[in-house]
Amino acid sequence: MAMTIPEILFYVFSAVLVVAAVGVITARNPVHAALFLVFAFFNSAILWMLLEAEFLAIVLVLVYVGAVMVLFLFVVMMLDVNIAQMREGFTRYAPLGAIIAILVVVEIGSVVWVKHLGSDTPAAAVVAAVDGYSNTKALGAVLYTKYLYPFELAAVLLLIAIVAAITLTMRHRAGLKAQDVGAQVAVRARDRVRIVKMEAEKKS
Amino acid sequence: MIRLEFVLMLSGLLFALSVAGIFLNRKNVILLLMCIELMLLAVNFNFVAFARQLGDLEGQIFVFFIMTVAAAEAAIGLAILVVLFRERSSINVEQLDVMKG
Repeated sequence: MAMTIPEILFYVFSAVLVVAAVGVITARNPVHAALFLVFAFFNSAILWMLLEAEFLAIVLVLVYVGAVMVLFLFVVMMLDVNIAQMREGFTRYAPLGAIIAILVVVEIGSVVWVKHLGSDTPAAAVVAAVDGYSNTKALGAVLYTKYLYPFELAAVLLLIAIVAAITLTMRHRAGLKAQDVGAQVAVRARDRVRIVKMEAEKKS
Repeated sequence: MIRLEFVLMLSGLLFALSVAGIFLNRKNVILLLMCIELMLLAVNFNFVAFARQLGDLEGQIFVFFIMTVAAAEAAIGLAILVVLFRERSSINVEQLDVMKG
């Protein structure tokens, strides 16, 4: 069976994605791990585009690479982490981690192959066939009607996350030279200017 | 035609790698958070693959909500991490034993 171009692209980018994931978990430096994760997200976005989820692919790049991973990089670079100390026990737990990873792959693989998931029913590629179909438009049509309530709950969740993150990290330092707008507005002339009455100087 | 089995295997492999990552980097909270992000990505792959296979957009809607929750989780997790580092000047999991758990 000859492979089509999307299929070849899918295999290539999947291989790169797996390499990037290995990089994330084995990188010595946390900054390198974060950059490998950015690479993994980019590859996933490409794969999602091949899987006809165009809107989510763009959102993955915008939200994950643009916001979440930048936040990760900020924190990794801000904290002074002792890498050598963090790495101890790496080789000790490597065999256990490998065994569990292989077990998970074998289990999922056996389920997928034994059940012949979806191989008898061809992919319902009806959506892309329609002329002028837009994934974003279709998603919006569902999201703003049927899923309007969960959508608004998600918005509230994000608001709560903002408030929580800011209140957690905000601190009041002593001796900080900050503006007090209320005091500035309430000031009166006599607090600032003192008029002193004194004798005029003698003319010589 | 991209076969469903292949996407599912890719997502399983990605998930297994992130589980292994949690075992390997069990001292470093930042890397643990990154492994959790990778796990969520692997799960999202399943949703996207099935949404395409079944021609049903609701799988993609679900991915949208998972990404929202993951973003909130990352923001709060990193905020907690920064506070933790300020208090103890370390993010080593071994040293987080105040609660004697």
